[in-house]
Amino acid sequence: MIFVEARSETHWYHEWVAVFVALSLTVVTASILLAVMGLEPVSSLQRIFIRPLNSVYGVSELVAKATPLITIGVALALGFRAGVWNIGAEGQLVMGGLCGGAVALGFWGIDGFWVMPLVLLGGSLGGLLWGAIPAFLKVRFNANEILVSLMLTYVAILLLSVMVHGPLRDPDGFNFPESRLLHEAATLPKLFPAGRGHFGFIFAIFFALLGTWIVKRWHLGFEMRVTGLSLNAARFAGYSRDRTIWTALLIGGAVSGFAGVVEVTGNIGQLVPNISPSYGFTAIIVAFLARLHPMAVIPAGLLVALSYLAGEAAQLSLGIPAASTQVFQGLLLFFLLGTSLLVNYRVRFGRAT
Amino acid sequence: MDYGLLSSILHAVLVASTPLVFAGLGALIQERAGVLNLGIEGLMIVGALAGFATALSGFPILISIIAAALAGALLASIFALLVLRLYANPVATGLALTLFGLGLSALAGAQYVGQAAPQVDAWNIPILSHLPIAGHALFSHDPLVYLSISLAVLMWWFITKSRAGLILRAVGENHSAAHALGFSVTRIRFLAIITGGALAGIGGSYLTLVQTPLFVEGMTAGRGWIALALVVFASWRPLRVIVGAYLFGSVSIIQLHGQALGVSVASQWLSMLPYLVTIGALVIIAGRGNFSHKAPGSLGVTFRESK
Repeated sequence: MIFVEARSETHWYHEWVAVFVALSLTVVTASILLAVMGLEPVSSLQRIFIRPLNSVYGVSELVAKATPLITIGVALALGFRAGVWNIGAEGQLVMGGLCGGAVALGFWGIDGFWVMPLVLLGGSLGGLLWGAIPAFLKVRFNANEILVSLMLTYVAILLLSVMVHGPLRDPDGFNFPESRLLHEAATLPKLFPAGRGHFGFIFAIFFALLGTWIVKRWHLGFEMRVTGLSLNAARFAGYSRDRTIWTALLIGGAVSGFAGVVEVTGNIGQLVPNISPSYGFTAIIVAFLARLHPMAVIPAGLLVALSYLAGEAAQLSLGIPAASTQVFQGLLLFFLLGTSLLVNYRVRFGRAT
Repeated sequence: MDYGLLSSILHAVLVASTPLVFAGLGALIQERAGVLNLGIEGLMIVGALAGFATALSGFPILISIIAAALAGALLASIFALLVLRLYANPVATGLALTLFGLGLSALAGAQYVGQAAPQVDAWNIPILSHLPIAGHALFSHDPLVYLSISLAVLMWWFITKSRAGLILRAVGENHSAAHALGFSVTRIRFLAIITGGALAGIGGSYLTLVQTPLFVEGMTAGRGWIALALVVFASWRPLRVIVGAYLFGSVSIIQLHGQALGVSVASQWLSMLPYLVTIGALVIIAGRGNFSHKAPGSLGVTFRESK
């Protein structure tokens, strides 16, 4: 028989053993699925996971996809540590892209070093506002922040759609639901000679460093962690639950909004009805893959970004629908959650004691 | 006002509400057992596809619905294993279930896009269905509409009157006490999760078998989340789920018929209504702070059997 029993002591590496086991199980399951679909697993996996990285273009695309995932993943890791479930990062990202894009279009054709910071600020404020709504409703009315932030995601996507079909539509664009192309002063520079990797990645790395610093060195980080671990302990220490909720959702909103405006100004270059392939939801997986450590969000974000590239490669070279990306990501999250048991418990084979 | 239009709007409200009744009841039974399952959206869409694919293969409607229920129950059992046996975080596991369900249905459903399911015949209730207005609006529906209402009544009876329902509530209110009394918390929660998964699957299949009747990627469009909000709105009481679902159904019909009723704004503004109404409902209900409407005491708390 197999037993699980609580570990008498836990070591830091237990977390990463659990992550490694989860990744291995995901690859094994993916291989089985490929085999079921009549494909040869090893060469198929090599084709969709390794080959996309064999060129500057591929690496650049990876960086472009990892940028929003890392940026949002850091903010979510902080919030989840505090036990605040901001599930609406996708909506905050969309609002950031919309507001930042609107600022950029407002200053369209105007050059100046101040345009870009203003655009980024506009995006962050848009996300901040969208994060503030569930925070306010939770603190004031005790409305469930998970459901409110999620409902707001649908509202944000519809709002973006209204705007690109109406006020923000390109006047010379033959009625296509797209804005003008942003001018150069409101566009982030590219990082590579090929592909879409852009300067936003530098911001993402900066956020990961800042997040680590907040968790390790700031009292705020400690306060949020205590609140997440035990509400009673936090109350004894005089920490306010309301303040933790506000902090987590405002940081989450502003950073997700920033990721949104960076996506619009760095990657897409204009406002379109659909600015994110669910980066805001996938960043939740990134945060868990990183075991909520802001620094580990960088490799986790790159790895999950690879799953997007792999999905595209699978569609092109194996003829599998692009939705296989979501299946892979869902499996990964299942295994990550299932194996987190290994951190605090150990599996023992043998007879009961 | 044109009575024919009124009658067909009321008819449409019932059709729009029925998936929410099923999914809401599915979420409710789990929450009364102390399980917070955020995967309803994923369960619904997998049920939607399973029912649709079965019907397209030529099986009768009853078999299609059973297939949808089985698919929902099967997917829910993954959630049960992770949350009950491996002590995984229920919030994150529910999300994983939704992401996985949406992906799986899109992957497996790609081949069915563009096909139409066979028509489900309406059951015209004798005499009543000949009433003016109300006849067509209320008594001339597919069997699932009547099933959803009967299920709500049955669940009300089960939870409030039966011994098994009392045990279920005990597990939901205080799992340690229920465990101390000798009830198997894990087993009862497992049964609740499976039942809830099956109901969410049926709710999803209603979309593809009756409402649209097509399959499109991501077609649940947040209904699973609205069902979760509905449970809060209904203060965890089955009969109020019906009231709430019909209210939300009406809102989504206003959205669909807005243009016909002479509302001249961009369609997106009307499409926001169900989501905004959900937020409004959550605020009003949660803000009341009345103790008789409190959530089950052990809702979303992981139960670890200490040895």
